[in-house]
Amino acid sequence: MDRHRDPLSARAWRAVGYGVPLAFLAFFFVFPLAEIVRRGLGSGGGESPWSVLTDSDTRQVLWFTVWQAVASTALTILVAFPAAYVLGRYEFPGRSAVRALVTVPFVLPTVVVALAFLAILPQGLQRGWAAILIAHAFFNVAVVVRVVGTFWARLDPRVSEAAATLGAGPWRRFREVTLPLLAPALSSAAAIVFLFSFTSFGIVLILGGPAYATLETEIYNQAVRVFDLRAAAVLSLVQLTCVALAVLATTRLEARLAIRGQLRSERDVLRRARTRGEKLVVLASLGGLALFLGLPLAALVERSLAVGGGHNLAAYRALTEPTAALLATPWEAVLNSLVYATGATVIAVVVGGLAAFAIARSSRWSTRLFDGLLMLPLGASAVMLGFGFVITFDRAPVDFRSAPWIVPVAQALVAIPFVVRIVVPTLRAIDERQREAAALLGAPPRRVWREIDLPIALRALAVAAGFAFAISLGEFGATVFLARPDRPTLPVAIFRFLGRPGELNAAEAYALAVVLMVVTAVSVFLVERIRVRRLGWF
Amino acid sequence: MLRVEHSTVRFDGRTALDDVTLDVGDGEVVTVLGPSGSGKTTLLRVIAGLQRPDQGRVVLDGRDLASVPPHRRGIGLVFQDHALFHHRDVAGNVAFGLRMRNEPAAAIGRRVRDMLELVGLSGFEDRSVATLSGGEQQRVALARALAPGPRVLLLDEPLGSLDRRLRDRLLDDLARLFAEVQVTAIYVTHDQAEAFALGDRVAVMRTGRLVQVGTPDAIWAQPADADLAHFLGLRNVRDGSVVRPEAVLVRVGGGDGNGVVLAAIRQGPTVRLVVSLDSGETLEALVTSLEHPEPGDRVSVEIDPAGIVELP
Repeated sequence: MDRHRDPLSARAWRAVGYGVPLAFLAFFFVFPLAEIVRRGLGSGGGESPWSVLTDSDTRQVLWFTVWQAVASTALTILVAFPAAYVLGRYEFPGRSAVRALVTVPFVLPTVVVALAFLAILPQGLQRGWAAILIAHAFFNVAVVVRVVGTFWARLDPRVSEAAATLGAGPWRRFREVTLPLLAPALSSAAAIVFLFSFTSFGIVLILGGPAYATLETEIYNQAVRVFDLRAAAVLSLVQLTCVALAVLATTRLEARLAIRGQLRSERDVLRRARTRGEKLVVLASLGGLALFLGLPLAALVERSLAVGGGHNLAAYRALTEPTAALLATPWEAVLNSLVYATGATVIAVVVGGLAAFAIARSSRWSTRLFDGLLMLPLGASAVMLGFGFVITFDRAPVDFRSAPWIVPVAQALVAIPFVVRIVVPTLRAIDERQREAAALLGAPPRRVWREIDLPIALRALAVAAGFAFAISLGEFGATVFLARPDRPTLPVAIFRFLGRPGELNAAEAYALAVVLMVVTAVSVFLVERIRVRRLGWF
Repeated sequence: MLRVEHSTVRFDGRTALDDVTLDVGDGEVVTVLGPSGSGKTTLLRVIAGLQRPDQGRVVLDGRDLASVPPHRRGIGLVFQDHALFHHRDVAGNVAFGLRMRNEPAAAIGRRVRDMLELVGLSGFEDRSVATLSGGEQQRVALARALAPGPRVLLLDEPLGSLDRRLRDRLLDDLARLFAEVQVTAIYVTHDQAEAFALGDRVAVMRTGRLVQVGTPDAIWAQPADADLAHFLGLRNVRDGSVVRPEAVLVRVGGGDGNGVVLAAIRQGPTVRLVVSLDSGETLEALVTSLEHPEPGDRVSVEIDPAGIVELP
């Protein structure tokens, strides 16, 4: 199509679209990363990087990190599969509500998830590898249910029916037709779950106890408790390498997901459960999932009320009072969280939104590189970001460690990849013929952008903002390094309470977790209302 | 008057449109008939200004459109699969072109109402387009394209995605609507029945070229070549001439016929007979009677000379 666009302003916009995100990333991501590399591999200062690498502790940590991520992924798929099947094949009342509710654990802060399992698991199981795996499955179930379920709901059932007419029984049809067709979605979801489990911090830190450390918690441990910056930096680089490899595999898989042949609309695929057996399958799958997701959260609420042998609101009342666990009242932590998360959301939406428009407009290799660069903070892990900030921005002229905006900036870095991933597919999915139709109805190019691209992008940006807000609210790995003692956020405050003995401290931790859960759930609920069409990954 | 002159479009060395020249008079409906990949859609995109021709030009009322961008051409296009704005309701879709001309809200509201009434969707203003059936979406797309009063209306297989019964009904509606609105229209289709039913003239395309342009009767009476005759369903091609099936007279012979019936296929009111002649030739005949020869019957076949069309 002919572009009768003012070339100067178009070029200016492109410069902003690439320039602002690049500058932001260079200063707040690449710069700290370079500092980690310098500390990790540079000469001087204690043991050599090699001795950290070959240390038997390091090998044990690496081994645990990998196997718990693999096992968590397998468990997640096992738990999520029945619900994915039901969402992928059946129409039933409340179907979209189920899709929305299943997402709640995924957007819950990891600290909340960890506390929910502390609340529900019996004494002996509260800490250890089993608790970690179950909590990871709880947290990630939404990824598998939504990615696989949504894909499944668009697979033409006639393919499987054709196999039936050729003599394949239910099991053969599943193994030889459905499963291979599902493979792209399944492997893509598995890769995402693996990545999240590999870099999981809050859950492992709280549920793992001292005996079970992953790379992520060990970086924190070395930097904050042992104060061995060299070891923390080397471990960060190991983590980065592992994640880079995993991300590489993920993008390969996502490319496979993009080639998806003949998909049909959900309306043509889904049908109501008719026989008694089918109804039973739907009820059992959804009921089982509801129990798995609901009980821990219910236990969390119950524990927040359990003070002094009965159930009351003592812990909630105590939230407004000063405590020995913090240099602020817990309610101030709530306010801090809201303020920080708002700032982080604004930054993430502006930087990520600009980048998304630039990325969606072209498919050149340079743009794809730019896209990949923006995904890096996701892979680098939050703990690494926080650690990098701490060792980089601690001296003039970049002494920002106690600047009030440093926490939102770090949280925004974590949220930006999500913003980009939500907005880009939406923009790319705009049918070129819609723009052509607008042009033929008399809209000049700038007006086409305003009438077609912008309204669709705004909705995606609103959804992205909601996600960014939820992510920032629950962000723990980076924030725990950066939040000043007198300005804790909710997750940090919860963690501090956990480190204190006493019934009221525990109840206050649970009460704060409930508050965090409610605030997060409300912001996600608002997002779900905006979302009219399916966006991006989910 | 719209004139496409010697227009050629190439994609990666493949010629999608090959030196096409076509005139469309004011108020005339020209249907472009051809198989998929014959360049029909490309022709529409060239006229709309969405595709720049490598050679040739488009002239509307004496004005060369080469330097006129799509949004200033005043040419409406009904897309294949509609391309409705899913982020707007029905009224928002139909009003779009009027808003682009900054018409006052009251006038827009009136026009939207009129247009929806014209296409039989009165009261659908606030409906989301996603909730509409295929036929309703089609009507909205039509109303949207017609609302700004385009000089020329282009339609790209508008009924292609609909089932047959709905298609037949919309076809009647379209014919009525074209007559009512008096719009100059180019209608692209691969369906012969659609092309002949709607077109004042039919332009037949094949591999990027216009093979023949003429009234439905003229094309039916004198197809330009054997391939077109075959495409139209005239399968009796012999020695550079076509024998119309209705000119093949079949009688059940009293034993001394000159052929055998291979197949008898009922097509609505007529029956198509495939007859194998003793000479080795196969001919198709149309009979309208309820009683007709059955496969295996020995028949005598004669040809009415008036039904033989010499191919150029």
